[in-house]
Amino acid sequence: MSFSYDYDEADGHGQMQLSQQDVAYDPNFVPDYVKSFVVHLYRYIREKNVYEIYQMYESSFHALSDRYFKETPWPSVDAVAHYVDNDHVFCLLYREMWFRHLFARLSPTLKQRIDSWDNYCSLFGVVLHGVVNMQLPNQWLWDMVDEFVYQFQSFCQYRAKMKNKTEQEIALLGQYDKAWNVYGVLNYLQALVEKSAIIQILDREKEGLEQFTANDGYDYDGGSNVLKVLGYFSMVGLLRVHCLLGDYQTALKCLQPIDTSQQGVYFTVIGSHIATIYHYGFACLMLRRYVDAIREFNKILLHIYMIKQYHQKSSQYEQILKKNEQMYALLAICLSLCPQVNLVDETVNSQLREKYGEKMARMQKFDEEAFAIYDELFSYACPKFITPSAPSFDEPLVNYNQDAYRLQLKLFLYEVKQQQLLSGIRTFLKVYSSISLAKLANYMDVDETTLRTILLTYKHKTRAVDSDRKIISNADIDFYIEDDMIRVVESKPVKRYGDIFLRQIIKLEGVMNNLDSIKLE
Amino acid sequence: MEREMQKQQQEESSYTVEQLVTFNPYNPDILPDLENYVNEQVSSQTYSLDANLCLLRHYQFEPDRMSIQIVSHILIKALMAMPAPDFSLCLFLIPEKVQMEEPFKTLIVLSHYLETGRFCQFWDEVAKSRRLLEAVPGFEQAIQAYAGHVLSLTYQKVPRAVLAEAINIEGPSLDKFIEHQAVNSGWALGKGQLIVIPKNEFNHPELKKSGGDIVPLEHIARIFPILG
Repeated sequence: MSFSYDYDEADGHGQMQLSQQDVAYDPNFVPDYVKSFVVHLYRYIREKNVYEIYQMYESSFHALSDRYFKETPWPSVDAVAHYVDNDHVFCLLYREMWFRHLFARLSPTLKQRIDSWDNYCSLFGVVLHGVVNMQLPNQWLWDMVDEFVYQFQSFCQYRAKMKNKTEQEIALLGQYDKAWNVYGVLNYLQALVEKSAIIQILDREKEGLEQFTANDGYDYDGGSNVLKVLGYFSMVGLLRVHCLLGDYQTALKCLQPIDTSQQGVYFTVIGSHIATIYHYGFACLMLRRYVDAIREFNKILLHIYMIKQYHQKSSQYEQILKKNEQMYALLAICLSLCPQVNLVDETVNSQLREKYGEKMARMQKFDEEAFAIYDELFSYACPKFITPSAPSFDEPLVNYNQDAYRLQLKLFLYEVKQQQLLSGIRTFLKVYSSISLAKLANYMDVDETTLRTILLTYKHKTRAVDSDRKIISNADIDFYIEDDMIRVVESKPVKRYGDIFLRQIIKLEGVMNNLDSIKLE
Repeated sequence: MEREMQKQQQEESSYTVEQLVTFNPYNPDILPDLENYVNEQVSSQTYSLDANLCLLRHYQFEPDRMSIQIVSHILIKALMAMPAPDFSLCLFLIPEKVQMEEPFKTLIVLSHYLETGRFCQFWDEVAKSRRLLEAVPGFEQAIQAYAGHVLSLTYQKVPRAVLAEAINIEGPSLDKFIEHQAVNSGWALGKGQLIVIPKNEFNHPELKKSGGDIVPLEHIARIFPILG
C-alpha cells in the first residue's frame, strides 16, 4: 500500500478494533486460496520469476484481500509456514505484507505495532547481512521502505496522543522503548544506503562502469536486487523522514545522489516517483527555493495528468489523486510567493486556475483573509510532521501530536508575512520602467526610508541559496536603484529557437516525404 | 547493526566531527562532540551548518539534553550566515515553547529585522543585547557583510547615509570601510555623497546570463535519421 500515511487519522474511526472483530476469524485456519497463494508466490520467488511475483504481489494479494480479508487479517505466519518449507525469509516477507494489510484496513493495537517493528528489524537484518538472494519487483521493495516510514510516522502520532492511553498501554510503551525509536529508524535506512553501496554504484554508473538505472535496478547476472534497490529507495525514505522532522536541508542532502532532473529508478514505481518529488518540492518551498519547487511540481503534475488513466484500477489510485491535489495546493502557494507562471506548462496551469484560480487571486492581497488561505493550503498539503521524542510518562498526560505541525505552520506563515509588502511593489514595478523613490513612496503610502527597506526585502526574498550555497534569483521582475531612481527590468522569457528549428526540420522532412510519394502522371 | 555502531564508537576519536556528521549522524553518542564543535566554531570563527543541524536534531530526539547556551550560539552563527536561510532552518527544529523564552525571542526579532531589510531597528536592538552577541566574535562584521551584500543586489549608486545606516558605521570608520570595499569589491566614490557599486547580475539584471539556447542531445538524436 503505497504512501499510505494518510490513514493515520483513521485510528478507531469506523474501522474495526481487532479485539472486537468478527469471532469467525481464526488465525490458524488456512483456506485453500491462501495456501495456493503462498505456495505459488514461494515458488516464483525461488525461481526468480519477477514477472509472476509481481502479478501475485500486485494483483492476487489485493484481489484476495478485497474478497476474503476485508475486515480480518490474513492467516498468521505460523499457520502458513509449513506450506513454504518454513523458509525464514519468506516468512518475514509474508509477515511484512500481513502487517501492511492490517495497517491499511484495520486498526493495529500497540502490541501489533511493536511486533511489526520487530519484523522489520529481522527482515532488514537478513538483507543487511547479505543472505538474501532473491529478485523482487521494485514495487514491492518500494512498498517496504514506504510502509516502514509510514508505520514510524503513524507510531509517533499514536504515541503523542497520550490523553486516552490506558495504564497497560503506557506500561508497554515504557517496556518497549526501542520500538520505532527514531535513532533506530534512521540507522536502518542509513545502513541500507551504506551497505548497498548505492551511492558508489550511481557514481560508477555515471562513468559507464556499472548498469543500474539502465536495468531499472534489476540484476540480470544471477545476483539479487534486494539490497541495492532497498538502499536506493532508502534515500527517498531518509528524504521523507527528515521532512517529517522539519530538517529540510538534510532532507535534500539525503536525496542528492539521485538526480531528479533525469529519469531514474525512482521513476519506475509511481508511488516512489510521487513521494520523491512531493518531498523534494516541499523542502525547496521551505528553503525559499521557489523556482526549483515550481519546476519539479510542474513536471510531475504534467506526468500525472498524462498517466493517471492507466492507474485507475490500481490500489493506489486514490493516493495518486490525493497527492496530485496536494501538489497543486503547494504549486499555488509557490506561485503566489513567486509569480513565475511562465515556468508552468499550459495544461498544468489551466488545471491550477480551475482548482485555485480564485484563491490565488485572494492570496495576492496579503490581508488577513489571504493569510487564512495560506494557512488552509499549507495545512492541507504539508507532510504529517512528527515529534520524534518519547513523552515523559510522569507528567500529566497531554496530547502533543499537533505540536510539530503547528510549529512548521507558524514559521511558514511568518515567512509569508515577511513577504506581504512585496506584492504591492510588484504591482507598481510592472507598470513603470523607471520611477523615483519619492513618487513610489507616495503611491504606496509609506515614507522613503520604509520604501528602501521594502525594496531591500524584495531583493533579499527573491534570491535563494542553492545546494552549492550559490545565490540564485527567483525574481519575476527585477530592478536596480541609482541614487533615488528605481529602474525596472522585466525578465523576458528566453525564446527557445532550438525547439522551433527542430520541429520545422521534422515537418519539412515529412512534407518532402509526402512529395516523394506523389507520382506525377 | 549494533555491533557496527559499537565498533564505530571505539574508532570515534580518530574521526573529525565533519566525518562523524557524514558517516555516523544518527548516533546519540556524538552529541558531546557536536557541542564542543559549536564552541570551537565560535572561538575559531568557522561555521558548519550541517554539524549544527545534526546537533539540533539530537536535541529534538532527546529534549532533556538540550543546552540553551549552545542553541543560542548556533542561532547567532546562523544569523551571521545571512543571506542563507540558516536561521529558519534551525528554528524549524527547535520546539515552540523553547522559542518563546529568552534569548531566543530577541534573536528571532533580530532575524526578522535582517530578513526585512530594517537595519536601523536591527542595530538598535543589537545595542540592547550586547552581552548575548559579544559571546560570538565576528558578529558585527558578518552582519555588515550581509548588509553590503543586500545593498549591492539593490543599488548601482547608494547614498552614503543609507550605507552608514545599514552597516551602523559613521565618520572616519565609514571611510575605512569604503576603502576596504574599494580594494576587495571594486566600490568607488561617486559624485556628491554617492558610492558606486560595481555592476553584478543582480543590480544590473541585463547582465543576467541567459541560459543560451541549449538543445539536449536526445532532441537532436530524433532528427538523426533525417540528417543521415
